[in-house]
Amino acid sequence: MDNLLSITTFIPAIAAAILAIFLRGEDETAQRNAKWVALIATSLTFFVSLFILFQFDPADTGFQFVEERDWLLGLKYKVGVDGISVLFVLLTTFIMPLTIAASWGVTNRVKEYMIAFLILETLMIGVFVALDLVLFYLFFEAGLIPMFLIIGIWGGKARIYASFKFFLYTFLGSVLMLVAMVAMFAEAGTTDIPTLMKHEFAFETFSVLGVQIVGGMQTLLFLAFFASFAVKMPMWPVHTWLPDAHVQAPTAGSVVLAAILLKMGGYGFLRFSLPMFPVGADVLTPLVLWMSAIAIVYTSLVALVQTDMKKLIAYSSVAHMGFVTMGIFAANQQGIDGAIFQMISHGFISGALFLCVGVIYDRMHTREIEAYGGLVIRMPAYALIFMLFTMANVGLPGTSGFVGEFLTLLGAFQVNTWVAAVATTGVILSAAYALWLYRRVVLGDLIKESLKSITDMTRREKAIFAPFVVMTLLLGVYPSLVTDIIGPSVEALISNYDTALAEAETSSRFAAASQ
Amino acid sequence: MEQIILFAPLLGALIAGFGWRIIGDAGAQWVTTGLLFLSALLSWVVFLGHDGTTQSIHILDWIQSGTLDTAWSIRLDRLTAIMLIVITTVSALVHLYSMGYMAHDENFRENESYRPRFFAYLSLFTFAMLMLVTADNLAQMFFGWEGVGLASYLLIGFYYRKPSANGAAIKAFVVNRVGDFGFALGIFALYFLTDSIKFDDIFAAAPELAETQLTFLWAEWNAANLVAFLLFIGAMGKSAQLFLHTWLPDAMEGPTPVSALIHAATMVTAGVFLVCRMSPIMEFAPEAMAFVTVLGAMTAFFAATVGLVQTDIKRVIAYSTCSQLGYMFVAAGVGVYSVAMFHLFTHAFFKAMLFLGAGSVIHGMHHEQDMRNYGGLRKKMPYTFWAMLIGTLAITGVGIPLTGWIGFAGFASKDAVIESAFAGTAGGFPFWALVIAALFTSFYSWRLMFLTFFGEARGDKHTHEHAHESPTVMLVPLGVLALGAVFAGAIWYGSFFGKTNEVVKFFGGEYTAPSQDLVETVADRSPKASELAYVMDSAPGEAAIYMRPENTILHEAHYVPTWVKLSPFIAMVIGLLMAVWFYIVNPELPKRLAENQRPLYLFLLNKWYFDEIFDFLIVKPARSLGNLLWKKGDGDVIDGSINGVAMGIIPFFTRLAGRAQSGYIFTYAFAMVIGIVVLVTWMTFIGGAE
Repeated sequence: MDNLLSITTFIPAIAAAILAIFLRGEDETAQRNAKWVALIATSLTFFVSLFILFQFDPADTGFQFVEERDWLLGLKYKVGVDGISVLFVLLTTFIMPLTIAASWGVTNRVKEYMIAFLILETLMIGVFVALDLVLFYLFFEAGLIPMFLIIGIWGGKARIYASFKFFLYTFLGSVLMLVAMVAMFAEAGTTDIPTLMKHEFAFETFSVLGVQIVGGMQTLLFLAFFASFAVKMPMWPVHTWLPDAHVQAPTAGSVVLAAILLKMGGYGFLRFSLPMFPVGADVLTPLVLWMSAIAIVYTSLVALVQTDMKKLIAYSSVAHMGFVTMGIFAANQQGIDGAIFQMISHGFISGALFLCVGVIYDRMHTREIEAYGGLVIRMPAYALIFMLFTMANVGLPGTSGFVGEFLTLLGAFQVNTWVAAVATTGVILSAAYALWLYRRVVLGDLIKESLKSITDMTRREKAIFAPFVVMTLLLGVYPSLVTDIIGPSVEALISNYDTALAEAETSSRFAAASQ
Repeated sequence: MEQIILFAPLLGALIAGFGWRIIGDAGAQWVTTGLLFLSALLSWVVFLGHDGTTQSIHILDWIQSGTLDTAWSIRLDRLTAIMLIVITTVSALVHLYSMGYMAHDENFRENESYRPRFFAYLSLFTFAMLMLVTADNLAQMFFGWEGVGLASYLLIGFYYRKPSANGAAIKAFVVNRVGDFGFALGIFALYFLTDSIKFDDIFAAAPELAETQLTFLWAEWNAANLVAFLLFIGAMGKSAQLFLHTWLPDAMEGPTPVSALIHAATMVTAGVFLVCRMSPIMEFAPEAMAFVTVLGAMTAFFAATVGLVQTDIKRVIAYSTCSQLGYMFVAAGVGVYSVAMFHLFTHAFFKAMLFLGAGSVIHGMHHEQDMRNYGGLRKKMPYTFWAMLIGTLAITGVGIPLTGWIGFAGFASKDAVIESAFAGTAGGFPFWALVIAALFTSFYSWRLMFLTFFGEARGDKHTHEHAHESPTVMLVPLGVLALGAVFAGAIWYGSFFGKTNEVVKFFGGEYTAPSQDLVETVADRSPKASELAYVMDSAPGEAAIYMRPENTILHEAHYVPTWVKLSPFIAMVIGLLMAVWFYIVNPELPKRLAENQRPLYLFLLNKWYFDEIFDFLIVKPARSLGNLLWKKGDGDVIDGSINGVAMGIIPFFTRLAGRAQSGYIFTYAFAMVIGIVVLVTWMTFIGGAE
């Protein structure tokens, strides 16, 4: 099958269209049908995506499963995956059936809810497979809308504020990216991503209004993309939309947001920033590394004093994304391997943690940490699963959380020992906030009247957690499952990056300019 | 066989943890205990049959990235073999003991099943500890290192209803993480320098590291010293050395068998094991080693002083452990790794026994832990009394002076440590700190004995009337450990602290005759030790421990002046006599002294105020900083300025929001996004058909 990627991408959209067109009514049967359609569609997508994984050849560092078609207005529809993107596609298709299953209790506008998630899946997969700038931008931006709706319609009390904050933040970042894309097209004359990756963008230093811009055009383009990706990640200091969005989003929305949407920023850095603007990236690397290190410490400290469970986990997500950006901009094998690994692993861990919050939110309808305590007594299974993911979140070796942190720190140390040392304090702080949360929610005696009749996880809930548990442990014990696939592509990325930098270094234009 | 040793405890943990509903409480206990005894038996087979050569067994690849190549594997050499028997023997006995100790626990309700969980945790701990000592690379060691941390966290917080237990558990984990911070940086630095984190590669590169300079943070460092120092920070956390020791006394919140296994015999000695394992690096890092020595000595002294005044029986032993770990670090710090391991080995037996004995007392006294409420228990608990007596004789170092090895286990190893300290520091501060600590050790150990087993019964009459000897399952482990506490020192004296050639051979190395220059240097330094016959001749990493040919401390330690050899014995006798004077002859004296010397007493009772200082300097500021960053940083500065920028579009924003609440805007947006997707899909397939 040579259009496997398109099939994977559009199954959810087609299912959404079917729901939109054929499903009528708001009664229970209609609701149940909507859920089943969504669950089957997402499961089917996952099943199909497995073929991509099995047929994928890690040794080939170019794009595979490439499809290219003409599209309207002379634009091209071009998709393909390489070692860097393929696992993000898999992560998306893996997580989505589970989020649908976790949404079984939704009763408000079920049809629209499922449509939103299905379309979101199509758009997310599209981001990871798109090989054309315009197509990428379309998927990247359009993805905002369903998420905006999910928060805005099915969210908590302050959902309007949160959804607009989410939308404006990420949208404003993207506008700059759009400007940069236009500039790229103007210079290179193409929107084809593989061609652009080989194109050498100008990097002569010039000055604007008396300000020297080292790295010239590349630096400017880098910054424009950076604005968009940094907001998506999110990086400190443009992270403040995330805690609000998480707190207001419904559980499934939080899971998707943390597990997949955040990874688009990191993916963008690897697809665009490093390969296309190596000089610009090199110029700004110290800044990004420091922003990452600050993010880790800053948000970990903030997480320490949160009173809302979801906010705490959201801040912890920002800290973990700090490891990702640090690893990417360490720009060596361990750093980038670690960054990708951390993104995949964080998808499972943070997804599961938000589900953990969802489990007790569904029962008690509060996320206040104060409202809980002693759950272990009535919910032993929950206590065990929450413990596992708490430990994975603090990076205990043997869980996938460790591998990502370890590799990114190892990579960063080779570049900048200060950054590595500051970031390593994150392992102390994460233990403090995560265990402190666990203690207040799960441990202690069960004395609150409201909790005395709380019930342990149902069979359905356990079944949803099972895949997360398996992946977290499996990747922790045998990370080669991931590193074997991404390794060669990452190696190629780095060697291109280093070659480009070395050429720029010897090139007289740059040498003269940088003096 | 090695695989069985390693995975039997994991299997036990899984069966007990997940299968207990099927096999029942008793089944879970027997399965875990049985598997542990199997492990222990095989470990002894491995230890006794081990010829000193290093074996490597590859199990599964682990983290592979570029040149980073780590695997799950077993490295079996003498160090590992020693640790195997220590861990599995003590663990098996503690499992057995726990069957009695945990039989009834008032912290849980009638229908709550807590025993399978306890045994699963114990076995899980054992597995993690075995992974730590069998690692052939630093990453797997780190796995074990954090794994035992997890097990320790779970077991300290085993009584999850008690806030104090939960607090202590978090404290243990987080303080250990502070140490891990250093450990991790040490691993990163080693990878940066040698492009590998496998022991073989690192050790081979060790001589080079001594010549390498490395920029780390604000300064240039000698690579070997920096790495050794960073790794030692990890050891400080795990082995509760000064400044990172505060978690250990609190860890006594866990059930007593846990204290015996984790916080006395095995986990806390992991730091010592790390330093010995890293001996090829340590040998080239003189400054870092000097730091290890001094810090070890300070810890030994500090912890002994605090132990003098504690009233909780477990806390006395906890501080004693902390102090004894300091001894081990001093021995390692002066370069006599075999002696550090010797003390680790004997200490595991007598300290585990002291804890289990204390547990037996606590069990018999209905969970009363305050020694002020004990007294006269000798007759009620005769077996426990004898066990504790043997333990006390061992820890205080009773033996025949100047023979070296004729005495209880602690006599042989502790004297070896003190003699090494004298030889290694030319009779400096570490030596004197250890001798004084030996005096204090003797005092607080005998104080414990006298308060518990002698004199009049104090405290609640009812409790004393019902005080009883513990059941057989608890006494058998005491008996076995007693054998170790009596004989372990004498039997293995030659292997750990004999002639250089004996020791080197035991650890699987080669020896050779020293160069003439070296003989003369040693003769100049200590004339009595002029008969230097052998030095170690293996390359770094070839044997389980590495001593440079110039490192002759092991040899010189045998030729220290006679008064040095007598000093620990004299200190022990003085301590004993003082304890007799204070607690048998003149029981009113301690109270009067505490009143006369109130500031000193409070200083010691409050453990030198370390907890308060750390709370003031670190914990509170971290929380206020977190609040500040959250409210001011995120709230005012970031959101504030972004809102400011957005001021122009705020009217638009609010209008939009107003309309949004009516629901229309969502319908529009919804229609829009569906439209986009349909368009893309349609165009794709139509376009493709052309």
